Amino acid sequence: MTIKDLTRCAQLKLVQEDFDDAVITGGYTSDLLSDVMAHAAADNVLITIQAHINTIAVAKLVGIRALIIANDREILEDMAQAAKKERIAIFCSTLNQFDLSVLIGQLLAKDHAR
Amino acid sequence: MIDKNIPIKAEDSASLILDLIYQLKIKDVMSRDLVVACAQDTLHHIKTLMKQRNVTGIPIVKKDRLLGILSIDDIFKALDNGYMDELAEKYMSKKLVILEEDMPLAFAISYFDKFKYGRFPVVDKDNLLVGMITSRDINVGLLMAINKEVSRMEEMLAQNAPVDAKNFRKVFRIRKYDFEHAGIASNRIKKLLTERKHDPRDIRRVAVAMYEMEINITVHSEGGTLTVAIDQDRAEIVAKDAAPGIENPELALQEGYSTANEWIKSLGFGAGMGLANIRRVSDEFEFQSSLGKGTTVRAVIYFKNKKGEEHDH
Repeated sequence: MTIKDLTRCAQLKLVQEDFDDAVITGGYTSDLLSDVMAHAAADNVLITIQAHINTIAVAKLVGIRALIIANDREILEDMAQAAKKERIAIFCSTLNQFDLSVLIGQLLAKDHAR
Repeated sequence: MIDKNIPIKAEDSASLILDLIYQLKIKDVMSRDLVVACAQDTLHHIKTLMKQRNVTGIPIVKKDRLLGILSIDDIFKALDNGYMDELAEKYMSKKLVILEEDMPLAFAISYFDKFKYGRFPVVDKDNLLVGMITSRDINVGLLMAINKEVSRMEEMLAQNAPVDAKNFRKVFRIRKYDFEHAGIASNRIKKLLTERKHDPRDIRRVAVAMYEMEINITVHSEGGTLTVAIDQDRAEIVAKDAAPGIENPELALQEGYSTANEWIKSLGFGAGMGLANIRRVSDEFEFQSSLGKGTTVRAVIYFKNKKGEEHDH
């Protein structure tokens, strides 16, 4: 599964569309950036409510290429700009972190079965 | 308008600043976007012009030749005494202090000190009005020139210490609550280590330690520095801040212990994982802190993994 595949998912709205496509093999769900830094992997999609510029800094540090902002949190302009610069995709969703994790899990399982 | 002199004096100013104020000419910093009026305009018209263009003084001209200046004080007087319908020529100041565009900026600075006006008209060699200069123009012009000069000096420093040198050393300044720039230092070093083809796992350990230190200084201190020293075998990072220090250093090392306030926590920081994270990724870890004296964290990471081996990051 790649980031492009996520753009076809009805529950996810792509809000930062200047990104480089990359393969996603897992997800990481956390609102603690230190935790993300310590444990997330580069090929994870990050599910979080942290809609601000530091999330991009952490994503860049870990090598994460796509994030999903849960609960329809508003994305600040400086965050979008930073993500654009780093070519990191940002999706927005009305779903919460649990439901998003389930959704990504199902997509990955389906992808795996193919 | 100005109750203090501009504190740039030849005897006790930094030579870079002195160089700049003599190198820069008035025409380099003045505003060229002139708002002018004619002698036959009414004070009422000039008041409207001031409001529209957000200026407090308007030169009165006849074909680019300066006749006088009408300031907002003249308008106040006219409002008080009810003669707003009269003409500018009657009330404008004709005793003018004028600067020439090719004079060094230092002249303008001394004029602002000598004469207590908020602005000076600037004329060219032919005595035609070409601009106006305010202390704001001087501030902006000087800041831009200093900025350029400092970047040039930084570039020269960078050239003197080439990136491919075996030993790399750099000091990063970190400011209190400057979340916007947190991560710049760690990402710079990450890039450097990637260019040097270090193992991604080692690179990540260095980047994590640095980012946590950046966030710690941003969140908890009054500002500080990160000093990074890298050679072929290891990276040493020392985070140092001057204040306020930690009351209970042993407690601070425990995972989950945090003194961060709610808004810091709402940003996803301050969960008490920072120091624990640094210690986890480091091969050597030292931590010293005392209240009122500030905090020093030293982390050393050895490049254990061979360079350039393929890993999935």
